[in-house]
Amino acid sequence: MSTSLLTFAKGGVHPPESKEITEQLAIEKMPLPEEFEIPLLQHFGAPCQPLVKKKDRVEEGDLIGQVTGGLGANVHASVTGTITDIGTSIGPVSLNVPSVTISRDLEAPDKTYAPSDWKSLSPQELLSKIKDAGIVGIGGAGFPAHVKLAPPPGTKVDKLILNGAECEPYLTTDHRVMLEKPEEVIVGAQILLRVLGISEGHIGVEANKSDAIDVLRKTVETQKLDGAKISIDALQVKYPQGSEKQLIESVTGRKVPGGGLPFDVGVIVQNIGTTKAVYDAVVLNKPLYEKVITISGRGISRPANLQVRVGTRIRDIVQYLGGTKPDLAKIVMGGPMMGFAVSTLDIPVTKTVSGVLFLTKEEIDDQPHGPCIRCGWCVEACPMGLSPNEIGLYVEAGLAADTAPFGVFDCFECGSCAFVCPAKRPLVQFIRLAKQKAKR
Amino acid sequence: MEQVKDTQISEHPLSACTVSVSPHVKSRESTAKIMWTVNACLLPPLLLSVFIFGFQTLIITLVSVLSCVIAEAVSQKLLHRPITLKDGSAVVTGLLLAYIIPPGVPYWMPILGAVFTIYITKHLFGGLGFNIFNPALIGRAFLVATFPVAMTSAWIMPMNDFSIFKYMQPGIDAVSTATPLYVLKHYGLAALIDKYGAVSTMYKDFFLGVRPGCIGEVSNLLLLLGGLVLIFKKYISWHIPVSVIATIGVLTWIFGGEGYFNGDPILAVLTGGVFLGAIFMATDYVTSPTQKNAQLAFGFGVGAITVLIRLKGGYPEGVCYAILLMNTLTPALDSWFQPKRFAPAKGAIK
Repeated sequence: MSTSLLTFAKGGVHPPESKEITEQLAIEKMPLPEEFEIPLLQHFGAPCQPLVKKKDRVEEGDLIGQVTGGLGANVHASVTGTITDIGTSIGPVSLNVPSVTISRDLEAPDKTYAPSDWKSLSPQELLSKIKDAGIVGIGGAGFPAHVKLAPPPGTKVDKLILNGAECEPYLTTDHRVMLEKPEEVIVGAQILLRVLGISEGHIGVEANKSDAIDVLRKTVETQKLDGAKISIDALQVKYPQGSEKQLIESVTGRKVPGGGLPFDVGVIVQNIGTTKAVYDAVVLNKPLYEKVITISGRGISRPANLQVRVGTRIRDIVQYLGGTKPDLAKIVMGGPMMGFAVSTLDIPVTKTVSGVLFLTKEEIDDQPHGPCIRCGWCVEACPMGLSPNEIGLYVEAGLAADTAPFGVFDCFECGSCAFVCPAKRPLVQFIRLAKQKAKR
Repeated sequence: MEQVKDTQISEHPLSACTVSVSPHVKSRESTAKIMWTVNACLLPPLLLSVFIFGFQTLIITLVSVLSCVIAEAVSQKLLHRPITLKDGSAVVTGLLLAYIIPPGVPYWMPILGAVFTIYITKHLFGGLGFNIFNPALIGRAFLVATFPVAMTSAWIMPMNDFSIFKYMQPGIDAVSTATPLYVLKHYGLAALIDKYGAVSTMYKDFFLGVRPGCIGEVSNLLLLLGGLVLIFKKYISWHIPVSVIATIGVLTWIFGGEGYFNGDPILAVLTGGVFLGAIFMATDYVTSPTQKNAQLAFGFGVGAITVLIRLKGGYPEGVCYAILLMNTLTPALDSWFQPKRFAPAKGAIK
């Protein structure tokens, strides 16, 4: 069995998975806090224009921020209540992003959504539903889904890949969604295939989620697929298996060239959570304002897979889960390999947050870094075939501007190099500096 | 869960939390862990030397290690750099330097080699990670150039009576003898057999380490075990040791006897510090290339130069200078052999 696992050829590392903390925990709906802080920019791109003003009353699911131009996605009210502030929040991209604060109407009941028939809708109608629902790639980068699903004319796409690799340690949200909502994931996949006008879909899942693989395979066998061919591909457990380029290589053997996008090799990739959001948007007519996130790490009293609404502050989540432990040493939004460390709990959950980790001193590594001993482990670990050691030395020597020939712009900052470095060198930080100074 | 209830978030000192660039988890490996593992793998050959060459080999080694450690601290102090003795790299140099000098030299001799190499070869070139040459080998080259007689004649015949303090008593000097390669080079195979017994006996003795030689080079068995540990722990890869040893064996077989294809490859690799050099010195991260195919080329170069020196040069051994010469090629090998990029953009370099 293990010989048939798909994987990418070059590099990769094996960080401790630490998924055992939450992988057995069913998705739990967090009670609604009293206040929500909803950023109008939740990813790279242009912020939305607010459609509401202070003291306005909004209903759950109302459009409150609209894309006006450029790359962006609509933002909706997560709850019914009153707008109490239009200010700024600490966002994933920059420190001050425009945001809307809603004070929840404690009496208002949850909005309910009934399934509707989607099979009569045209691909164009499906795409506009996805756009209206404000769906972005919720696995991390937050690329607006409707843009990704409409490749430029002339490109030939023949494969859809759903990313269920979830290779980041600790995170178990995609795992739980696949396990608990397999029908919705498969219907979401069918919708995406219909939008793209193709029939071949793959769901790539790392082999450490064998229960999810089994459930999905059973669902594909029993669910009516209307001619769609969806295969569940078991992937070798190796970080960064879930990186778009590596996943495409693992599943199809195709390599997206530097500076290119997946459609250049005929593939569109969407994350599992995004696919579930597509189901919600198309079948239930529910915009994206609710998602499952993993709260984990040994520094939180009660780890959980939580269904929360966009705009929920981390402080409220921590309070709900019984507080943090005294040896908490680092708070990370996202996975431990690529997530952002934060210094405050007054940060709202956005569409792209896949988890919040509360890490203790034993889990992180804060040793000071030493000189490069040229062991070459980073070169071996780099999935893009770069030489992080050389880039680091150039940056330290003040030569960051000369690093373009090393391929710094191919680096997607997976952190494999810095993970293996025995001298604990901050190689990702060096490369980020290099990207800022180097000329493309 | 009950016991943590009083730790409300409002009371938690968030200021104790650190913020830094990802990744937030790192592997458990460290420079110090690698260096101390190498040190541990180097200890068994020393124990054997104490039993066959006498207790003074331990003292020479301790003097060498201590000199390197002190020289490292003083160098770093003089150059206003952080003092990093805990990383164990000075100890590695100290051990390796002692291992490639004869067991009968005066105790003060390694001090000179240690001070010279740590200050000049290592720290004046920028410290750990920036030296061009293997420090221990430069230490030996310095001593050979400065004290040629002692460095090429203070050999001791292995003892089998455990009289390990024999050569420490006043009035008893080391009984000078010759290394197998010296005998072979200057007197031929017949003389070698005369001195060490039949070829099959030599294979066994030389593999186990019962022969005159430098302090740490004699026991190929124990060096091999240490090397296997390092390979198993993935601290080194097989590429350099195998290519060095194979090249020396094959080239000696072809050119090392009467006519062609008549040399003794086994004798060639079991003598003259081949295992010590191939496993513990040619694999030094800093002074060897990083790419696997570059490592194979590097190992081939070390082997070829070694055989050239042995057959055509003035020295009977050759490994030391072969590695030092290939050290100079390491930056070139690193730039000739680059990792294969993942589908680079059109027009991107290489």
